[in-house]
Parts: sequence; structure tokens; C-alpha cells
Amino acid sequence: MTNYDGGVILAIDSSAGASVAVLDDGQVRAQWRTAVTTTHAEVLAEAVAQTMREAEVTGAGLRGVVVGVGPGPFTGLRVGLALAHSLAEVWGVPLHGVCSLDSLAQRAVAQPAESSASAEGEFLAASDARRREVYWARYRADAQGFAELLDGPQVSAAAELPDLPVVGVGASLYPQVLTARSALESQWLPDAVELGLLAQRELRRGGAPGSTGPSATPDTAGPAQPDITARSVLRDPLPLYLRDSDAKVPAQMRAKQAS
Amino acid sequence: MTDASSARRAPLVLGIETSCDETGVGIVRGTHMLANTVSSSMEEHVRFGGVIPEIAARAHLEAFVPTLRQALDTAGIELRDVDAIAVTAGPGLAGALMVGLSAAKGLALAADKPLYGVNHLVAHVGVGLLDPAGESVAGPAGLRTLPENTGALLVSGGHTEILRIGSLTSDVQLLGSTIDDAAGEAFDKTARLLGLGYPGGPAIDAAAATGDPRAFRFPRGLTMPKFEGSVEAPGKHRHNWSFSGLKTAVARAVEQFEVAGRPVPVADIAASFQEAVVDVITAKAVRAAGEHGITTLMLGGGVAANKRLRELLAERCAAAGIELRIPPVSLCTDNGAMVAALGAQLVAAGVAPSSLQIPADSSQPVERISV
Repeated sequence: MTNYDGGVILAIDSSAGASVAVLDDGQVRAQWRTAVTTTHAEVLAEAVAQTMREAEVTGAGLRGVVVGVGPGPFTGLRVGLALAHSLAEVWGVPLHGVCSLDSLAQRAVAQPAESSASAEGEFLAASDARRREVYWARYRADAQGFAELLDGPQVSAAAELPDLPVVGVGASLYPQVLTARSALESQWLPDAVELGLLAQRELRRGGAPGSTGPSATPDTAGPAQPDITARSVLRDPLPLYLRDSDAKVPAQMRAKQAS
Repeated sequence: MTDASSARRAPLVLGIETSCDETGVGIVRGTHMLANTVSSSMEEHVRFGGVIPEIAARAHLEAFVPTLRQALDTAGIELRDVDAIAVTAGPGLAGALMVGLSAAKGLALAADKPLYGVNHLVAHVGVGLLDPAGESVAGPAGLRTLPENTGALLVSGGHTEILRIGSLTSDVQLLGSTIDDAAGEAFDKTARLLGLGYPGGPAIDAAAATGDPRAFRFPRGLTMPKFEGSVEAPGKHRHNWSFSGLKTAVARAVEQFEVAGRPVPVADIAASFQEAVVDVITAKAVRAAGEHGITTLMLGGGVAANKRLRELLAERCAAAGIELRIPPVSLCTDNGAMVAALGAQLVAAGVAPSSLQIPADSSQPVERISV
């Protein structure tokens, strides 16, 4: 059955592993993920097709496409973005970017209170930036139980991060200098499910936050209205590289440019 | 079958090319080109004196959708009209290929169209079938096909190859290739050495205009008898090229002048370098063609813009009784129309489409025409 009554979105992330989710008014209809980091170009398109079949939705039934814009290793990140750009272009639906680290933060604040000592305090979400660095951002839970970005995303050596509990796989990579909020949470990778939830909530601002019922007001797919948080989670669907390309100008070219 | 009915039946194919620094989207109906939109990141590579893969990949992502829209607009069609999506799957820069491949998969998936992951080198040959004027000669599949005994010489910043094409869709053979630098790469590196800027091909071509091509005798790689052998007993590198020794020889020549405190004779070195490259490329290509019964030779790749290469190749092909075909320069450099042209041939020949799971193959062999 194709859903025409609004609110169904497709979310894709390829910032670490890769993941796909179809969400309908905050409910996950179908999802797929892999922790493998080297096969995005091969597996992601088929995973989208499969997830949409499972969710019984077609492009015509979507309200939008949400894509994780990183930060993450560039090549894999671009695979998800290129795919999402094409899908949104052909289906003629809006494409929204969301910082991939936001998904880790959202999962952290959604944890039952007893499982984490500091769900209401500030914490960091960190993912693998390779080269002995992590991508990270600082968050807290807002009054509605959603993650609120306070600082970042940035890329730095693990030792340079603020002294706060960390969720995400970055924590398990540098246990000497980072304090994981919990062992389980230090294995987490960014995921399309939370990216989709965050984007849907943003798109529905004005309706009941976190509402899961079809009775919620129709999407207002325009600019987010100011609510509890000033900052929208929606971003331009372009990669958050945070680093320049490594290319160095050869000595011969430097000499020429200086002259 | 009339021209009109064959034109109606000919497959409408959109082709995507992102193997190096050009984001290309082309649209063809059979052998008729409807659009060829190219967005290049070349300017961003100038200060480096060569293509930086990461910069190229970033540019592809940003350029893709605008390039696609422009191509569709130029052709006056919508994506739902096309019969298939073709995309370069390899060879090329891995990170750059993956942007185009993933974008193509997205189009194929969203518009429910068959996907053809094609070989970049064979696409350079396929472009030779395109006739923007719309001239139409029906072949066995209803599309014009290449003449029998066709060969292709591809010379660019990433490739230097001679191919024999039995069939564009089922029989392509690599006769020879460079064993180190591509010819275009040698132009770029030598231009850097001589302070001539990037891209090196046009810069050297211009500098060489006032130089003496006989001022320096630079080496022609892999031409010694032990490498070439004879027709009966061909050596291992009979039809192969090498340009790394040439590049070193140029560096030595420049050094000698610098050490002696004398001005470097840039024009003479450029002309002598160009002559060495063009001489060895054309000599080996024409001999390989002759020994494999090739009677029509197509030239492709960005270095096809080089005046001296065109001149000497024409001369030597004529002497050997080989018909030389050189597409317009805009179709010799990387573009999407060539990918679409090959895609149309594959569709017309009934070749099965690719799965959504095909990989980008940075070293895809020329025999793998589609994946």
C-alpha cells in the first residue's frame, strides 16, 4: 500500500557504516543497516530499494528524503549524498541534511533514565575520524526529550575533547582519554532511524513534538518555526567535511605561483 | 526500415561520466546526440599542476544535479522518457567514480530504469558513432555500428592505450598501453618542470610552437629491439609505451642549464619533448594497427587536441593505408555523451543491464565492456 496521507520519509546515512530507514509519523516502518565501512557504493542503493519494498512505500508516497551529512570519511559519505540527491531529484521531494552525530545524541537521550546516569546533563557524541582523531559534538537533552546540539561538530584529537561522558564509537577507540557513558553506547554508529526522527520532528514543529499519531497537523515543510531550540537540525544536504583535502601544492607550482 | 522509424526505435539513453575531473551528463537517441553537458573542476586543480582526486570527487557531488538538469533541459526530455541510464563504472579515480555511480543508481532506482555500468575506455570509442548532424546508417541492430577492423588510440591524462574493436558491445581487445605514466600525465609533469602551468597539453603545445623539435634527442621509451622483437616473435612491450624515462630526461636537461646558470631553452625543450611523445605514440600505434589488420583508427582522449599528434598520426595513418577518424575535441575529452552512446549500443544489442550492486572498478580491464 502506498501512503499518501503525509509524513512518510526515507532516511539514509553513510557517515560510518550505512543505514536506511522509512519512517511514518515517527514510527519506523522498515530499516536496514551495516557496520561495514567499505561497501557503501555497492550496497546502499539496493538497500534503499529493499527497505522501501518492505515499508510498502514508493517514491510518490514520500514527503521527503533525509540524508546524514556527516561528518564521516569522505568517500563513503559522498555515496549516500549522491544517492539521496538523485532520489529526491527524480521523485521531486525535498531533500534535508542532518548532522550524522545528531543520531547518536538522539539515541542517547532516548535511553531509559536508569541506563545512563547523566541523560539530562551534557554529553558528547563521537565517531571515528581516522588519523587518530574523532568527529564530535556536544549535546544535552531538551525539555521534550530530544537531543539539542550545543557545540560542534568538530574534528580533533580525542585528548582535546571537553571532559564529558561520550557516546558513539569514538569512545571505544580512545578509552585512555575518553570516558564512555556506557560500554554499550561506546559501540554506537550513526543511524538513519534517528536522523529521520529528528527531521520529522523538525518538519512537524507546531504539532505535538514526538507525536506518533496520524492525527498530527500536516507537515509544514517550510523553514522550521522557532520552538524550544533556536537551531534547526535541518541543514543543506552537503557534506560536513570539516577537513580540507590533503593535497599539497608541489614545490614547482609554489615557485611559479610565488614569482 | 525508414530513417524515421529507426530513429524512433533507437534507445534513448542518459550517460553519466565522473571518472576524473569532468562531471558529464549526456543524452543520446541511438547515435544521435541530444545533449552533452560537462562541468569541469579543472580550475580547482590548476594550482596543484594535476588532478587532485579528493577535490575532483567533491566537485562531482556539487555539480551532478545541476549538470543533470541542464542536460535534460538541452535535450528537451524528462528522465521518465529515457530507456536506460548508463554510467562509467571504471576505470578511473575510485572516489570520483563512486559519486557518479551512486548518483546513477539513484536515478535508475527512483525512475525505475535499467542501469548499465560501462567501461570508460570503450565509451571513448563509442563516441565515434555519434553524429550530431543526425546522419543515420542502420546496422544489424538498427543502429549505426563501427566499421569492421576498427582500432582506437586513446591518449589522455589517465590513459594511453591502443585497442582493437571487433564489436563495441562484445569484443574489445587491449593491444598495448603505457606501463607507467599516461601521455597526458607526462605533458602535465613536463609542463610543471618547465614552469608552463596546467593543464600541460595546451601549455606545451603553445610553447613548442616556437621551438626546434630536433634541438634535444629525448628517449622514445620501449623501442629497443629487446622490448619490441619482430612481427614473428613480438617482444613483451612491442605495442606498449613508457613515458617515465622521458620525463626524467627532460628534468636532467633542465638541470644542466640551471646548474650552468644559463637560461633554460623552454621552447626547444617543449618542442623536443612533444616530438618524442608524439613520435613514439604514433609509430607504435600505427604499427600495432597494421599488424592486427586494423583499417580504421579512431583517436580519443584529451591529448587528441594536440596539433602535432593529429598531424603526425594523420601522416603515418595515410602512409599505412589506415583511415583516421578524430571526433570533435569536445567529444574526445571526458563527457557523458560517450557513455550514453555506448549505453545505447548495449541496449540495442540486448545486453543485460547491471544490478544496483555493481562496484566502481578503478582498474576495470578494457575487455569488461559493461558490468
